[in-house]
Amino acid sequence: MYDNESERNYLNTPRGWKSWLFTLDHKRIGLMYLIAMAAAFLLGGILATLVRLELLTPGRDIMGAETYNQIFTLHGAVMIFLFIIPSIPAALGNFILPQMLGAKDVAFPRLNLASWYIYVLGSLFAVYSIWTSAIDTGWTFYTPYSTDSTKSVISMTLGVFILGFSSIFTGMNFIVTIHKLRLPGQKWFELPLFVWGLYATAIIQVLATPVLSITLVLLIIEKAGGVGIFDPAMGGDPVLFQHFFWFYSHPAVYIMILPGMGIISEVISVFSRKKIFGYKAIAFSSIAIAFIGFLVWGHHMFVSTQSSLAAVIFSFLTFMNAIPSGVKIFNWMATMYKGHIKLETPMLYAFSFLFLFTIGGLTGIFLGVIATDIHLHDTYFVVAHFHYVMVGGTVMAFLAGIHYWWPKMFGKMYNEFWARIACLIIFIGFNFTFFTQFILGTKGMPRRYYTYLDQYQPLHAFSSVGSWILGLGFIIMAVYLIHSLFKGEKAGRNPWGALTLEWTSPIPPPPENFDKDPVLNHGPYDYDKVVMERDIDKVKMGSVSR
Amino acid sequence: MSHADSHAAHPKHLAHHFSDSVQQAESAKLGMWIFLLTEILLFGGLFCAYAVFRAWNHEMFYSAHKFLDVTLGSINTVVLITSSVTMALSIHAMQLGKKKQTLILLAVTLLLAAIFLVVKYFEYSHKFHLGQLPGKYYTFTGVPGDNPHIFFSVYFAMTGLHGLHVLGGMGAIIWMMVRTAKNSFSPEYYTPLELTGLYWHLVDLIWIFLFPLLYLIG
Repeated sequence: MYDNESERNYLNTPRGWKSWLFTLDHKRIGLMYLIAMAAAFLLGGILATLVRLELLTPGRDIMGAETYNQIFTLHGAVMIFLFIIPSIPAALGNFILPQMLGAKDVAFPRLNLASWYIYVLGSLFAVYSIWTSAIDTGWTFYTPYSTDSTKSVISMTLGVFILGFSSIFTGMNFIVTIHKLRLPGQKWFELPLFVWGLYATAIIQVLATPVLSITLVLLIIEKAGGVGIFDPAMGGDPVLFQHFFWFYSHPAVYIMILPGMGIISEVISVFSRKKIFGYKAIAFSSIAIAFIGFLVWGHHMFVSTQSSLAAVIFSFLTFMNAIPSGVKIFNWMATMYKGHIKLETPMLYAFSFLFLFTIGGLTGIFLGVIATDIHLHDTYFVVAHFHYVMVGGTVMAFLAGIHYWWPKMFGKMYNEFWARIACLIIFIGFNFTFFTQFILGTKGMPRRYYTYLDQYQPLHAFSSVGSWILGLGFIIMAVYLIHSLFKGEKAGRNPWGALTLEWTSPIPPPPENFDKDPVLNHGPYDYDKVVMERDIDKVKMGSVSR
Repeated sequence: MSHADSHAAHPKHLAHHFSDSVQQAESAKLGMWIFLLTEILLFGGLFCAYAVFRAWNHEMFYSAHKFLDVTLGSINTVVLITSSVTMALSIHAMQLGKKKQTLILLAVTLLLAAIFLVVKYFEYSHKFHLGQLPGKYYTFTGVPGDNPHIFFSVYFAMTGLHGLHVLGGMGAIIWMMVRTAKNSFSPEYYTPLELTGLYWHLVDLIWIFLFPLLYLIG
């Protein structure tokens, strides 16, 4: 198909399915992650739709209480462990990071491939436990639910344990890559902010995931061997499980959001044609979020026999963590101020992110207030809050990234018109689905119930209809993206006019990433400098002709 | 791949995406240190559980720890520290290009690791025999205080996980012996050997914390 050398790229060289399964190319591994995660997202999305369908009316619609417990648990576990935690780092990060650094690959390509196989193995365990007897404990596996449950808790937690290694390996790889494989002369403060986001994420992946691993090991030996560490009847402590679990799982929400914030920094600068405002503030705020994020886990346990002193400290630290997030939001706003804003699809998703993440973040502050939290704890308010952060934040950023780097990955453009329509539908559908849940929560609707009082029915119906709109948006997206793979218009080398290194190579890139040695002529966001130089050149040319 | 010919001057051990051996060695070492960090956090969970349960059951921990054999524990401590020394010496020998000496020192390290596990086996089987088992399998009656099985749950979880790490380390040492025998290493390139050494020292270090915490409670 490709006769001439310029068409030789990572997708067609070398050929054959074996060259994919045994590839050490970070771009192919990123793509394989993307495909696996798209499958996980589809599964999680179908489960979510089933949950919303059951909640359409107060009584039993399509499933009983027990099945409902299983379905919402699986929705949570699949979306969190199989999709959202690996999503941006493992797929887009893998693909883009070495190219942003002008490197040929990540530091440990074999470890990178191993992480993908480990991810697949962990996912198989998860799917196996869905197939046999789906667990019903919620994705948090709290004891004693999990220790008393007769469902396949062990295979599910073993799956999550295995997935943890995949996450650790990716994190290790990225830290070393960023430290050691930068282009000579590429200074830390000349790195694209996506790299800073991935760096902060990798630190959390490396430091927090092992604690989850040991927690799950203890849970497994507790369940299989009855060691009694989490069993109060045997002198153990179930709250210890919660501490362990949230020591990982709160930082894990920053694993989800930090790389997303990195994408937003790229997209906003590129589509505003303006130098990013407050580069260092954005870079350091990523590190600050990662650091403070380790110290806030207790805000999940305001009602779990935690001492009131501890609760006050955790509450204070939770507020602290809102500051670096706010710093980012304001810097993005300032970047857009007086910029030449282009409303192309990635930018539309970035706008959705700004709008939805701000709501998600601020409602997080509500929940960090102890008194408010005791009222709102385990209600739909919490459900709405974390969906605004995870879907409104991470998924919007992920979609911004997918659309932004799509031409880089496949060399094809998608249909801009349908992409904008889909973005609009997703935005509307999302708000229909989840804004109603804030209201439901404040009115006292508890989470994880399959039935409810009649008074909540209109809002629940509203939310369920919203989920269909949201689903429609994703179906349209799937259609135009697949269409673009086959019939899409050929993309130019740098379709968005970005200044980062990855856009200086051919599209799609060759296996070794660059056709000639990459050179840094300017910083990642130096629109002022680049535009000025272009103008000076024009003036000079004018003066010569005169 | 077509770009391979441009790197023909590279030594055999140098992967295509590194520009030189120094960059590759530094990357590998940084990666290993990060991995060791994850190991510390993995054990950190158990140390944390230990601290919580010991704080709650101070006297029971004291009475239960008397059933651990300090002599065997001390022997094992000496064995592991010695193995760390022989491991370090084996790396030194390779730096000097002494292949045979490297192999002998690695074999001694492996032997010491095996001795550690054999001693651990005797300790474990003695406890199994007496019913000093974790959780619901606990049948021993000699320890005063509430819930003495918790002590043994923590003991078996910590030493068990450590034992698995010793096993993993033995696997790595065997692999290093094979690669040394096959002349993969030289005074210019011995990074995998060095990384195995780092890992082995960590396994040793964790035991140095486990020993006083479990055997020498005052």
